[in-house]
Amino acid sequence: MSNLNDYKNIWVFIETECGKPKNVGYELLNVARPLADQKGCPLIAVVIGKDIENVAKDAICYGADSAIIVDGPEYEHYTTDAFTKAMVTLVEKHRPETLMIGATNNGRDMGPRVSCRLKTGLTADCTEIDIDEKTGNIAWTRPTFGGNLMATIMCPDNRPQMGTVRPGVFKKGAYDQSRTGEIIREDIHVSPEEIRTTLVERVNEITEAVNLEEAEVIVAGGRGVGSAENFKLLEELADVLDGTLGCSRAVVDAGWMPYAHQVGQSGKTVAPKLYFAIGISGAIQHLTGIAGSDTVIAVNKDPDAPIFGVADYGIVGNLTEIVPALTESFKARKA
Amino acid sequence: MNICVCIKQVPDTNEIKVDPVTHTLIRKGVPSIVNPFDMYAQEVGVRLKERSGGRLVVISMGPGQAAQALRSCLAVGADAAYLISSRSFGGSDTLATSYILSESIKAVEEKEGLKFDLILCGKQATDGDTAQVGPEIAEHLDLPQVTYALDIIEKDGEIQVKREQDAGYDMISTTLPAVVTVVKLPYEPRYPTLKTRMEAKKKEIPVLTEAEIPAIDLAMCGLKGSPTRVKKTYSPVREKQGVKLSGKDPVQAANEVVRLLAGAKLL
Repeated sequence: MSNLNDYKNIWVFIETECGKPKNVGYELLNVARPLADQKGCPLIAVVIGKDIENVAKDAICYGADSAIIVDGPEYEHYTTDAFTKAMVTLVEKHRPETLMIGATNNGRDMGPRVSCRLKTGLTADCTEIDIDEKTGNIAWTRPTFGGNLMATIMCPDNRPQMGTVRPGVFKKGAYDQSRTGEIIREDIHVSPEEIRTTLVERVNEITEAVNLEEAEVIVAGGRGVGSAENFKLLEELADVLDGTLGCSRAVVDAGWMPYAHQVGQSGKTVAPKLYFAIGISGAIQHLTGIAGSDTVIAVNKDPDAPIFGVADYGIVGNLTEIVPALTESFKARKA
Repeated sequence: MNICVCIKQVPDTNEIKVDPVTHTLIRKGVPSIVNPFDMYAQEVGVRLKERSGGRLVVISMGPGQAAQALRSCLAVGADAAYLISSRSFGGSDTLATSYILSESIKAVEEKEGLKFDLILCGKQATDGDTAQVGPEIAEHLDLPQVTYALDIIEKDGEIQVKREQDAGYDMISTTLPAVVTVVKLPYEPRYPTLKTRMEAKKKEIPVLTEAEIPAIDLAMCGLKGSPTRVKKTYSPVREKQGVKLSGKDPVQAANEVVRLLAGAKLL
């Protein structure tokens, strides 16, 4: 291992698909900004894709000091081989101290491939990122054992220190149009023979997009809702509040709602302003996924349900009576 | 097609409790299971084998009791199983674990006298939830990878993988050998029968230590080979002093909550 002091700066990878950025990259810039300020080092956005100059500019407006871009037709769609090669080449040349990646399917595909090639440590799905006072290392905190335990992990002797963060765990910062910064182009090309996978076909199955990660209001139902039909009651409440429908794993397992609506450790991590937990008992795996919510409102017939331990407002009772009453009450206030 | 399935024995995280005083996991009495995603990987592997022939070998790194997990795979279609176990492997993080597994795969190929066309893993283990070991095995072995697979179809010496993505799926083709990680499938893995369970019981499960994996570099195993360090663990604090209304008329209770939300400027 070469001298650790040769490694400087904090990098955030901004994932793009067909030139369009994933929000999690901007969310990470917001987390990394205060860390870079604390360290007194630049925060650099790394964008790999096709026709992505605008994304790099936006990344600067979202908090990066500068951006490195790798632009080419081979990066239009994500492939493990092309993106790993590009990222490893960049790291070896510029030597960042820290590299953060959004934990999308692609981010979790590329992250371990990059860390393994560089023989460094990677901490997955972090929910808190701090600087350790004593060592100056990044302290990555993540839920483990299904959310039953939190673990703080460090990578003391290898660089870069790498971590992934799930979409929706943190919020984007304000877009500041007045921010400017340098955009550095790096020419890294990957030949077709080096890319061992081919995208044959893309099939979009979900007609109505479910965007739980960015929803401001979520009305989520659990096993206690009782049936697929009863979700109509939740839908009516969501409609009044311009909210998005969510659900617990039990509901997906029962076939009442599609997986795209699932919130929790094995579904989406969410951070809405209002989270309605209707007939959700509050298994730790679910609570892990909603920890970023500002206000939680719980409705449950069981007064001892763990969900009440995290709820700001709770109603104990029959949800088929309470949910329509909430809908009416919100309607009346709107009118 | 010769297939290697990598599995992990995990505590059933639905049954886990945290000691309120020591903030450590209470493992006593918690049942051990095969990581559910690995069972899906094994089922995909068995179905491929049934279509195209070949041998399916399952491996696991862990303590002696992980042999039990391997045996349950032998009862649902695996032809052979190897346990990778040694004190020198303890304390490994994902980088060291994937290195040991990749070297073990080569050693198993020697022992079995074959080359694996496909290495299957679950997308992640339900205890650590990192999703790193599969891609890292691929990197150590310099193989192509496809993660988040819903299905695998063999076609003219290549495979097509149905890969989960945000709004549906991608069909991705790749050459063999390759590493594929598998998500929850639309169908459940098969159950053992009394007969297959009896047969599995009779099979020997060889244990591979570093002595049986001659090419292994012990400096890359265990704590020595692990760049990450767990600095502390604690149980998440989740107690809020919220308002809880009970025994009220539903309409009254609903109005009260809406009034409180509005009063707190949350609407």
